[in-house]
Amino acid sequence: MTASPNTPERVPWKQWDEPSGQWMLPGEHPPTAERTLLLEVVVRILFPTVLVFSLYLLIVGHYGPGGGFSGGLVAGLAFVLRYIAGGGTDLGARVGSRIRLRPPMLVGVGLSIAVLTALAPTAFGAPVLASAKLSVAVPVVGDVDLVTSLFLDVGVYLLIIGVVLDLLRSLGSGIERDAQGAGERS
Amino acid sequence: MNTINMSMAVVVAVLYGVGFYLLLQRSLMRVLIGIVVLGHGANLLLQLAGGPPARAPILGSAPDEQIADPLPQALALTAIVITFALTTYLLALGYRSWVLVGHDEVQDDIEDRRIAHRRAPEASMGEEAGSDDMSEDEDDPGSAAASGDPVEPSVTSGPAGSGRGVGR
Amino acid sequence: MSALVTLPVLLPMLGAALTVLFSRSAFVQRLIGIVVLAVVSAVAAVLLVAADQGAPVVAELGGWPAPVGIVLVADRLAALLLLISTLVTLAVLLYAIDQRIADYGRETASTTFHPIFLLLSTGVSLAYLTGDLFTLFVAFEIMLAASYVLITRRTSATRIRSGMTYVIISLTSSLLFLTTIALVYAATGSVNLADLAERVGELPTGLQTVLALMTVVVFGIKAAMVPLHFWLPDSYPNAPAPVTALFAGLLTKVGIYALLRTQTLIFPLDGPSTLLLVIASLTMLIGALGALAQDDLNRLLSFLLVSHIGFMLFGLAVFDAAGIAGTALYVVHHITVQATLFLVSGLITRRTGTVSIDAMGGLAKTSPALAVLFAVPALTLAGIPPTSGFVAKLALLQAGAGAGLETSLVAGVVILASLLTLYAMVRVWVRVFWGAEKPPLTDPDPTDELIVGTARTAKPMYVATGALVAVSLTIAMVAGPLSAVTGRAGQDLFDRAPYQVAVLGEERTP
Repeated sequence: MTASPNTPERVPWKQWDEPSGQWMLPGEHPPTAERTLLLEVVVRILFPTVLVFSLYLLIVGHYGPGGGFSGGLVAGLAFVLRYIAGGGTDLGARVGSRIRLRPPMLVGVGLSIAVLTALAPTAFGAPVLASAKLSVAVPVVGDVDLVTSLFLDVGVYLLIIGVVLDLLRSLGSGIERDAQGAGERS
Repeated sequence: MNTINMSMAVVVAVLYGVGFYLLLQRSLMRVLIGIVVLGHGANLLLQLAGGPPARAPILGSAPDEQIADPLPQALALTAIVITFALTTYLLALGYRSWVLVGHDEVQDDIEDRRIAHRRAPEASMGEEAGSDDMSEDEDDPGSAAASGDPVEPSVTSGPAGSGRGVGR
Repeated sequence: MSALVTLPVLLPMLGAALTVLFSRSAFVQRLIGIVVLAVVSAVAAVLLVAADQGAPVVAELGGWPAPVGIVLVADRLAALLLLISTLVTLAVLLYAIDQRIADYGRETASTTFHPIFLLLSTGVSLAYLTGDLFTLFVAFEIMLAASYVLITRRTSATRIRSGMTYVIISLTSSLLFLTTIALVYAATGSVNLADLAERVGELPTGLQTVLALMTVVVFGIKAAMVPLHFWLPDSYPNAPAPVTALFAGLLTKVGIYALLRTQTLIFPLDGPSTLLLVIASLTMLIGALGALAQDDLNRLLSFLLVSHIGFMLFGLAVFDAAGIAGTALYVVHHITVQATLFLVSGLITRRTGTVSIDAMGGLAKTSPALAVLFAVPALTLAGIPPTSGFVAKLALLQAGAGAGLETSLVAGVVILASLLTLYAMVRVWVRVFWGAEKPPLTDPDPTDELIVGTARTAKPMYVATGALVAVSLTIAMVAGPLSAVTGRAGQDLFDRAPYQVAVLGEERTP
């Protein structure tokens, strides 16, 4: 709305403290009374933080509390927050603002990754679902242990996010659409 | 063999009691809450099966012999996930019912009622088929009204009934 | 070899994931479904041969040994039922695909049907193969969750009621199952079936009885044995024909399988169980009599399904190697024949536009193929001599006659229930296939997905149904070797030791 490519020198001083980025969630959201500015701005800040935390849970899951399921749920909750703040138009069929992805795709990809990870050890003569530990020496960080069951967790993580998004889509915006009476009942 | 403490046993019993009571209700919403409560009861029971409470489940946070049995926790986690998924499913089903029928009550089996009503006069009186047809026509709306059914089911049972009339 | 045991579970799951990914292309979805189920059938056949010639094939997931880790076990019974179930699932899938193509053309894809169908197959396979009680619970949940979606998919106002009944009853039984698992774990500290076989034996008798009764109730609800059967004739008939066929063929049998496995392995008896004998008799009679009262073809078949659950319970109630073998054989026979009958019922409804028997007539003249397709499984279900039903019933009767007075009496009930089944089938035949021709009724609900009352050609649907009839006839033809296999399977279950040795290893078992 007010975002302009002007450099700070050219901006009149009255506009210095005007927001330069887009702070409200959905750009093309129609102006209705149902929006709360505070919630949307807070969610805007929280959203990436919660996502990073969910990634942390995902990676730490093998040795500590966490894992693909809880990580996925936390990430899903981030999207729930966005849904509550921005409504159905924010989520719909998109993750973030650029990548368009249908939630069932996430479910499919996640489940595929999980099953393939389960089957992969048989190629090395190990039993199904066996895991191995890879130790990698990363220059600055030091020794990093990578357990192969992380891939299974990644699959579960994606699956859970897909399920939560699908739930928001069908039970959230789907019902909203029905309520507006405009949606066709499929 | 150690036993669970009384308060936990009472909590589990209350959860099961409330859950089953709600399951017996007509409204799908109450049934849903009943299933959630019942699920909590079952999960609590699973937890109690793992030994006394207040023990750390994470390796290294306590001496080995004082660690809680991790298996019931894993089982309960899985069960919670499953109950969660099925709860959302029931929610969706309740909503669907509300869209289609206008309420979320679980209704009677119409065909079952119809057969019960059709067979009863035959068995008691042994009359010819003509009265059978009449009693069926009289009974159908009556049974629908008596059981508090909405209008839709009795309407949809109409074509089947008329088809049967053609058959005779 | 051990990795092979996991394939019947993992492949359909992978297939489900892939069908979600390829939901835009109907062709790819169908191809994935058919290929996956065909491969699983082949794997099941290999497993059956391996388990029959040697020891049960065991897979330890993640390399964790038995009492701690999760194991998948394919012994003779599991492999046999897996094979027959997958074949039936494949045939039903072909029928469903053909129906879709006949009604809506080749291009239209259904985004949810194929993934859910394959997930159901995953759950069924896992239920057969699992070696511990909790994984059995998970398997049931996968299977039931998929079945909930199938029974309420694209639902109409009339169908949603039956779906609700089904979902609520199944959820309740699942929560009871969870309770049972909690009690079993609290009493023994294990959920592994082979391990439980030892540990439950050390418990006080009263506790053993309680746990055994709880498993009977839980699996009894799922298998629809008589005091707990009321949900089945209410819910099954309202689903589309392929879905009903799959449910009737597989879901109740998985309940029977779970009963068979837990009762023989964990709660073995010394002789015939009077409780189960009474339940079996009641199930046979009430199911058959209920079928006679019905006018709706699908409800009639559902009641017959309940009745024949009683036959399988009877074999278990006799509780010797012969009885268990008879049940195993009966399950194999009944999975195919009941699924076939529901598919034929779907074809009949498609042609006549109604499920009411009184509103049909003269089909033998207008559609001879349909008459043949109905007659063969109907006679098989009733147990007329050259069919597989006769072989299976004979095995049950022999077992019953050989185990004492009370089982011989119940064997008489078996004969009576068979006659009632025959009577119900003849009644259907006379009303539907003979008599004056009646014009097909119009579709009562043109808006829903199911199209009925159309004479539009659907030859592939007949072919898929015919394939199942052929499977059923094949069972009758290979009855000798098959009953030898089920005989060995029954002996295995009765002895318990082969299963325990395979799962726990030699040194752990006495």
